[in-house]
Amino acid sequence: MSDITKLTAAEALDGLKKKEFTSVELTEAYLHNMENGRKYNAYITECGEKALEQAREADKRYANGTARSLEGLPLGIKDLFCTKDIRTTAASHILDNFIPPYESTVTQHLLDDGAVFLGKLNLDEFAMGGSNETSYFGPVINPWSKDKDLVPGGSSGGSAAAVAAHLCAASTGTDTGGSIREPAAFCGVTGIKPTYGRCSRYGIVAFASSLDQAGPIAQDVRDCALLLNSMAGFDDKDSTSCNLPVPDYTSFLAEDIKGLVIGLPKEYRPEGLNAEVAAYWDKAAEMLKARGAIIKEISLPHTKYALATYYVLAPAEASSNLARYDGIRYGYRADAKGEHLDELYIRSRTEGFGKEVKRRIMIGTYVLSAGYYDAYYLKAQKMRRLIYNDFMEAFKQCDIILTPTSPITAFPIGDESMLQNPINMYLNDVFTVSINLAGLPAMSLPIGLAQNGLPLGMQLIGKPFDEGTIFNVAAKLEADAKFERK
Amino acid sequence: MAIDNETVRRIAFLSRLRVESDKIDATKEEFNKILTWIEELNEINTDDVEPLIAVNDMPLRMREDEVTAGHCKDAVLKNAPATEYDYFAVPKVVE
Repeated sequence: MSDITKLTAAEALDGLKKKEFTSVELTEAYLHNMENGRKYNAYITECGEKALEQAREADKRYANGTARSLEGLPLGIKDLFCTKDIRTTAASHILDNFIPPYESTVTQHLLDDGAVFLGKLNLDEFAMGGSNETSYFGPVINPWSKDKDLVPGGSSGGSAAAVAAHLCAASTGTDTGGSIREPAAFCGVTGIKPTYGRCSRYGIVAFASSLDQAGPIAQDVRDCALLLNSMAGFDDKDSTSCNLPVPDYTSFLAEDIKGLVIGLPKEYRPEGLNAEVAAYWDKAAEMLKARGAIIKEISLPHTKYALATYYVLAPAEASSNLARYDGIRYGYRADAKGEHLDELYIRSRTEGFGKEVKRRIMIGTYVLSAGYYDAYYLKAQKMRRLIYNDFMEAFKQCDIILTPTSPITAFPIGDESMLQNPINMYLNDVFTVSINLAGLPAMSLPIGLAQNGLPLGMQLIGKPFDEGTIFNVAAKLEADAKFERK
Repeated sequence: MAIDNETVRRIAFLSRLRVESDKIDATKEEFNKILTWIEELNEINTDDVEPLIAVNDMPLRMREDEVTAGHCKDAVLKNAPATEYDYFAVPKVVE
């Protein structure tokens, strides 16, 4: 038989149903790939034994006719989701011994639908980064790397790299400012950040609570729909979870796009936008037009201010969320016998957190501190309103928005200009952060390769809770782009 | 609003983080670079703009006032670096 790890999740489930192979065989094949693919550093924790146990259970269910929607499908889980009795680190030293006594709601949904968990995937520490280089466990290597090791993007770098290198059938990610979409674009895979409130945040290590959302990263659009069907849904344990029915996202894949109005925001084409990125963007619009969609230029006038707004709000929320790491209740505790309690906090946190996390905690603390709150934090919340209003105005004129996902392709690990000036790294999020600020759903899917042989992604942004239209349009774009996966 | 060394020390303490004295200058420079960049937000007048706190603007759900979780002392203490008599243990605090 050909390599079963190269199948999409939908194909794999089909093969399991038809008994062409068992979940144990499929799981063993992925475990074998994981062993051979350790050079990518995609996994922080592998759980082969537990996975095989789950796979045996799945095979029993296929045999006795009680198989569920994702029965026996081997997944990788971003190490930001708490998984009961499986170490959950957030890629931080401060949590590197943390074993959650509970399961996040999203991973519980996946387990309830029969998924097999292969292990926990690498990420930027506390999801703070766009290159996976801030992980305490070292950077992930992009499977598209040739002569030089390239970043997979971040923060869900392990999730995207593992899907691209077939170290899992699909994975979970989280997205606070582009953390699903940017790595999906860099690794030539597909990922969707649903509308804020669509997936429960319960049990996901919090970064910026008003922006964080979970979503799937997978081989293609259909696989994302299959996974999101399971991951989404109302949860009493998350006060921001929305009590709305979840449609079957695969039902949108076959719809047509005739007459749909696709908005292209002119502010996403600044002077000096990479010519290849611009050309692929035009090409994608042409493909949709050829299928009967109407292409319309729109304006999102406050786009320019989204990054600065984000880099006030996200660190502010992070500084508050990360105050819980005190070395007392769980996590790393510095050896500080007999010292003052404050000294124990300071030493545990200073030794436990990495550089980027500390930078963001301090920036966040500053913008929230007395005397500066109005000038920075309140100002940014007001700017967030303007950015949100921009999208609401735009959606009066169009059904969905098409943009590039990132202004660049994957860059080398240890890139000097990115490391020396954090703002250069932050600029990679220029096309993705506004969407989190507005709480909208958005998908990145591969559109083609740049001259340098690396994948470029396109982003589709939908109205609140209209992931369906994204799946519809993405399926057409995917069919026409004919991107060749790794 | 450029910040000075004293502010860096104050913010570090509020964050319960240590910035070594030989790193104060570099930290200050880096923060000023980021804060200068953020100040581009002042190009837009927002006097009459309502701040956006939550995108899905809905009232918080109410529920019956009853115990929904509990009796899990062992699970709560399981990850604690130090415990004594079923409590979290900290260094002696005598002011």
